[in-house]
Amino acid sequence: MIKGYIAIDKEICKGCELCIEACPQGSLILSQSINHRGYRYAELKEDNCTGCTNCALVCPDAAIMVYRAAKAKKAV
Amino acid sequence: MEREIRLMKGNEAMAEAAIRAGMKAYFGYPITPQSEVMEYLFEQMPKRNFKVLQAESEVAAINMIYGAAGSGARVMTSSSSPGMSLMQEGISYIAAAELPCLLANIVRGGPGLGTIQPSQGDYFQAVKGGGHGDYKLIVLAPNSVQEMADFVFDGFKLAEKFRGPAMILSDGALGQMMEKVALLPEGSLPHTVPAWAATGKPANRPPNVITSLYIEPEKMEMINHTLQAKYKQLQKEEVRYEDYQTEDADIVLTAFGLSSRICQKAVDLAREQGIKAGLLRPITLFPFPEKKIAEIAETAKVFLDVEMNAGQMVEDVRLAVNGKKPVYFKGRMGGIIPSPEEILHEIEQISEQVLSYQN
Amino acid sequence: METEVLTPEVQEGFDCVYNKPDTLTDTRFHYCPGCGHGVAHRLLMEVIAELGIQEETIGVAPVGCSVFAYHYMNIDMQEAAHGRASAVATGVKRVLPDKYVFSYQGDGDLAAIGTAETIHTVNRGENILMIFINNGIYGMTGGQMAPTTLANMVTSTSPYGRSTEWAGFPLKITEMLAMLPGAYYVTRQAVHTPNSVRKAKKAIKLGFEYQKLKRGTCFIEIVSNCPSGWKMNPVDSNKWLEANMLTMYPLGDIKVPVKEGQGE
Repeated sequence: MIKGYIAIDKEICKGCELCIEACPQGSLILSQSINHRGYRYAELKEDNCTGCTNCALVCPDAAIMVYRAAKAKKAV
Repeated sequence: MEREIRLMKGNEAMAEAAIRAGMKAYFGYPITPQSEVMEYLFEQMPKRNFKVLQAESEVAAINMIYGAAGSGARVMTSSSSPGMSLMQEGISYIAAAELPCLLANIVRGGPGLGTIQPSQGDYFQAVKGGGHGDYKLIVLAPNSVQEMADFVFDGFKLAEKFRGPAMILSDGALGQMMEKVALLPEGSLPHTVPAWAATGKPANRPPNVITSLYIEPEKMEMINHTLQAKYKQLQKEEVRYEDYQTEDADIVLTAFGLSSRICQKAVDLAREQGIKAGLLRPITLFPFPEKKIAEIAETAKVFLDVEMNAGQMVEDVRLAVNGKKPVYFKGRMGGIIPSPEEILHEIEQISEQVLSYQN
Repeated sequence: METEVLTPEVQEGFDCVYNKPDTLTDTRFHYCPGCGHGVAHRLLMEVIAELGIQEETIGVAPVGCSVFAYHYMNIDMQEAAHGRASAVATGVKRVLPDKYVFSYQGDGDLAAIGTAETIHTVNRGENILMIFINNGIYGMTGGQMAPTTLANMVTSTSPYGRSTEWAGFPLKITEMLAMLPGAYYVTRQAVHTPNSVRKAKKAIKLGFEYQKLKRGTCFIEIVSNCPSGWKMNPVDSNKWLEANMLTMYPLGDIKVPVKEGQGE
């Protein structure tokens, strides 16, 4: 299982939930706390993210950076 | 500067001058009495170094002007009254975005569809700003084919110096009639793409944005102050007029464009009868020669403003005279050109009633 | 408008596989939560970054929700009067024929007040990329009916649903334009699912690559949601889009260049 994680800029996020809808792993959720504009921002709740980038693709505010575990380097 | 002599129609002389003045692109739309401008340009395009495109409307044409000017090109369009009305919104945007360009209005009789005969009924639209918001056009009023050509060079120079739209306010007669014209040579007005133009952002500078949108009122007011400062400078530095025998004149005629030629003849006829008449012809309608007229008002006894409309420039004359002397008005509308005799008759009447001349 | 700069330390052994393109500025989008404009902006700037044409591109955005596009797009731009973006873009392209030029318009702008400019720009085959965001409503001015508003769709100027007897029919302008010989590549995309976003990006990339060939206008309609105007939350709005907008405005290529092939 590829491991991945994401970084959401919680101050830019407007809590539209489109990333939550798009995540095939259901690993995103709206936080209980709010950002300085009063939006509940999206955050990772599970660590089963595969770095598939779906969330970033649909994010209307370009607020998500996605990381994926580097493939194990083939032994030379 | 070696000039080339030709016999040309006003519209075509203006088009030829635009090519020689380094116009990069012309976007226009057919409308009588000025379609020859674009026709001439299309004929010349394959042989010369500029582009001409016929748009689907004057609204589209003026916005093509906006885009090309915003990308740093020297551009021009021309139209006639109804078409110029369609361009007003675009012109307001061009003034606000501080884009240099040259417009020509070959005015015809109105209002409405009107006629195709010459008129001066668009003075207010041109001088007071026909679109929304506080802005001005630099307005040059030729009274000959020669000036229709020369004012293209002057118009581009002023538009680029003050970064805004300049307009040649001519009329159907000047556009259609043929006269001798001495044309400046190509290359006598070099052009460089300005640094503010939207030409594609190189790495070493922030984006250039051509816009007239300032949602913060403080910023919008600042833009307005910039524009008003330009108009003050224009008023101070760029006023042009022609003074024909006003020094000792009792009755001074004021007229621009075609009317001024008729008035000049009327002044000569009046002088032959011993009536001391003179003519003050504004060449720049904005900036208006208010100081000169105020000076004349010290010596002249009475003014007679002559226009081919219901009385528009007369208001600015009255403002300049400021009540010191009476300002009479003689106008013909509908596309009628007054005759010198008609104007002479007015001069004689005023002379008898007001100046109690005994001739 | 302070924005938090995103600089988490990259965990050991991980690569960054997705990041905001630097052709987008740091200015936070003003769009309503969940609005498709933000996705369209991002894709456009990703393509411009990936094609390396930031220095060669001039964008034209008109009046509408996207009027502030020049705050977000890190390229030279011109802001056009309502409806006139394609005329402005024509002016730009005619004096800078070797630059990339795109216009970015909403449905009111492109298919109502700017219809004449739209049709004639395409009919002249202007070598520009026209991006058309169709959300069936006037967003910026508060949700009025647009030419592409669906029959019976409620807007602030069709409060009882758009009556086709009274206010005419949803205008499928993209299909109309595809008939014009000047149209080189015409497609309708969407940005409401990861898959549609990937496809939309491919289309935008083609739109720019084809522009180099100078064979005519590339026209990309992006069917988008308008949560505020439609009075729905973002997730529901995309569901509604799927069920209603896409039946009237089916996705897919409408006109592709005869010789199939990337813009080589």
